[in-house]
Amino acid sequence: MSAERPSAQVEPLLQVSGLVKHFAVKRGLLIDREVDRVRAVDGVDLRVAPGETLGLVGESGCGKSTLCRTVLQLLKPTAGSVRFEGREIAGLSRREMRPLRPRMQMIFQDPYASLNPRKRVGQIVGDPLRIQRSASGAELRRRVRELLERVGLSSAHFDRFPHEFSGGQRQRIGIARALAPRPRLIVADEPVSALDVSIRAQIVNLLDDLQEEFGLTYVFVAHDIGIVRHVADRIAVMHEGRIVEEGPADRVCERPSHPYTRSLLAAVPIPDPRESRARRRAGAARS
Amino acid sequence: MSEALLAVRDLRVEFVTEGGPLRAVDGVSFDLSPGEVLAIVGESGSGKSVTAQTILGLTRSPNARIEGTASLRGEELLAASEAELRKVRGDRIAMVFQDPLTSLNPVRRVGDQIVEAIRAHRERIGRGEARGLTVEMLDSVGIPQPERRIDDYPHELSGGMRQRAMIAMALALDPEVLIADEPTTALDVTIQAQILDLLRRLNRERDLATVLISHDLGVVAEIADRVLVMYAGRVVEEGALDEIFYDPQHPYTWGLLGSLTRLDRERPERLPQIRGAPPSLLDLPAGCAFRPRCPHAFGRCTELPALETRGGETAGHRDRCWLTPGEKRESRAVGGRIALEEAR
Repeated sequence: MSAERPSAQVEPLLQVSGLVKHFAVKRGLLIDREVDRVRAVDGVDLRVAPGETLGLVGESGCGKSTLCRTVLQLLKPTAGSVRFEGREIAGLSRREMRPLRPRMQMIFQDPYASLNPRKRVGQIVGDPLRIQRSASGAELRRRVRELLERVGLSSAHFDRFPHEFSGGQRQRIGIARALAPRPRLIVADEPVSALDVSIRAQIVNLLDDLQEEFGLTYVFVAHDIGIVRHVADRIAVMHEGRIVEEGPADRVCERPSHPYTRSLLAAVPIPDPRESRARRRAGAARS
Repeated sequence: MSEALLAVRDLRVEFVTEGGPLRAVDGVSFDLSPGEVLAIVGESGSGKSVTAQTILGLTRSPNARIEGTASLRGEELLAASEAELRKVRGDRIAMVFQDPLTSLNPVRRVGDQIVEAIRAHRERIGRGEARGLTVEMLDSVGIPQPERRIDDYPHELSGGMRQRAMIAMALALDPEVLIADEPTTALDVTIQAQILDLLRRLNRERDLATVLISHDLGVVAEIADRVLVMYAGRVVEEGALDEIFYDPQHPYTWGLLGSLTRLDRERPERLPQIRGAPPSLLDLPAGCAFRPRCPHAFGRCTELPALETRGGETAGHRDRCWLTPGEKRESRAVGGRIALEEAR
C-alpha cells in the first residue's frame, strides 16, 4: 500500500490495452483442426502506476493467472498491447525480452512447487544475479545474505535445501528470489493462499514493507477479496476473461457497481457470528 | 454426558517416525449431539485432521499408537475390529474431504459409485431401487437434472457439483454423523456459500451431527455451534461459537481472530500478525506449545495448563492459559478489537 494514491496523470509503469489470449481446442487424426477456442483473456485494459498495488480478483477459471502470464510475455498474446516502462513488449521474442526480465518478476502460489528442490537456498536466490552477471563471488554471497535477512530469514539458511523450510519460510525464499534482480514490477499470483492463517499476515506485511523500501509496483492476484482489499490501492474484478469492474479498493468493496462484484462480496463469509446471523436473516427475509 | 451421540475421550495419537515419536494428537475430548455442528479449528500440524481420521480408524498402522476412547451411542470405535468399523464407516459416520477429485474414482460414473456405496451396506436394496435413491440424493443436495447427471463421470462435473456429489454419497445411507474435512476450501466463495447453506439445511432437516474441520474462521462463524481450537496436537480453547468469537481466552485464539480481514470494517494500517511459526511436533517446547510465539508468556508457561474453565463464563468454555481473567481481558483488547499484540 502506498501512502498516496498515484495520480492518473503519472506515466503508467504497466499499461495493458485490448489484451486477448485464446487457446485453440484442436481435434483431428493427422491434421489438427481447430474446433473451439477457450477465451481465457478476452479484451483486458489495465493501467498500473509506479509504486501502486493493483489487486486482481476473480474465481477459478476467470482467466486471472493467464492474464498475468500473458502480461509478462510468458504466454504469447493472441492480440492487444502490453506497454512496460512506456515500451511495447507484446510479441517481443525471448531474446528481446531477456534484458527486461529482471525488472518484472513473479511470486507464485505454491511455495512447495516453485523452488527447485535440488538447489540450495543461496543458489536459488543468487541465480537471477548470476544469470544477469550483475554479481559474482563474494559480492554475490553478500547480496544473497542481505536479501535473506531482509525477507526475515537468516543468512545461516544459505546452504539449506527448500524441503528444510516451512511453507511460510519457502514463500520468503520465493520473495527473496524475486527481489534479487531489483525489479520494478512484481506480479504475485495468489502469494498467500497456500499458507496457514497465522503466517498469511506476516507475508502480507512483509510485501507491504518491501514495497515501501524498494518502491515496488505490485499486481496482486487472489481469489480472497478480503486480502486483496487490504493490500491494494485499486481492485480489478475479473469474470470470464474480462474486467467487469475496476476502481479504488474501498469503493469497489463498499459500493460495488457490477452485479458480479456484488454477488462475489455477498458470498464472502463474515468471521463474526452475530453479523453473519443478521445477514442470513436479512437474506431469508428478502427471498 | 451419556446422551452424546459421539463421545471422544482423551484421544492420543502418536506416530513412530525416523525423527522419533511424533505426538499428533494429545488428549482431545469432545461430545457431539444430534443436529450439532462442532468445528475443529487449527493450522496444518494442529492435529485436527488426524483426530477425525482416527475416530474412523483411518490412521491405524503398525507405526501408530492410539489411546483413548471414541464411542458412537456407547459403541466403542477405537477398539473395534476392521470388519466392525467397515459397518460404521459410510453407514453411520460419513466423511467428506477437501478435494472431491481425489475421493471419487475418475473412471467410474458418479451415480454408479453412489449406488455401489449404498449396496455395500444395504444388501436388501436392489440396483434399481439404489439408483432411484441416488437420483433422490443428488436432487436433495441441489444438483440440477439429477437423472441425467447420475451418468456423468467426475470430470464432467464442476468443482462445486463434485463436492455436492460427494456429500450426496456421504448422506446416501442417512448417517448419524458427518465428518467434513475442509469441505469448501478448494471451492470458490460463491460455491462455498451454497455448500454451507446445504450443510446447514441438512443439519436442520435430518438432525445430522457434523464435525467440521476448518482453518477458516469465516466458515466456522457461518455454521458452527461449538468450536475446538487446536494447536500442536492439543485443544487450547473450546467453547460455544459466540464465546470463542466474543470472549476468547487463549492468546492463540486472539491471534487467529486478529489476523482476519474484514470487508465490513475499515482496513487497518497493518494486518495484525502472529510472530514465528508453529513448532515441530518432534520438538515441542515444554509447557504451553504456543509460548515461543506468545507476547504475553511468562515464567509459569513452561508448565502445561490443564484445559479447564478459567476466564470463561460457562462450564463449557475452557482454555489452557495461565493468565488471569483480568489479564486476558486487558491483553486481548488491541486498538478496539481482539488481537494478539505484536511483540515489541
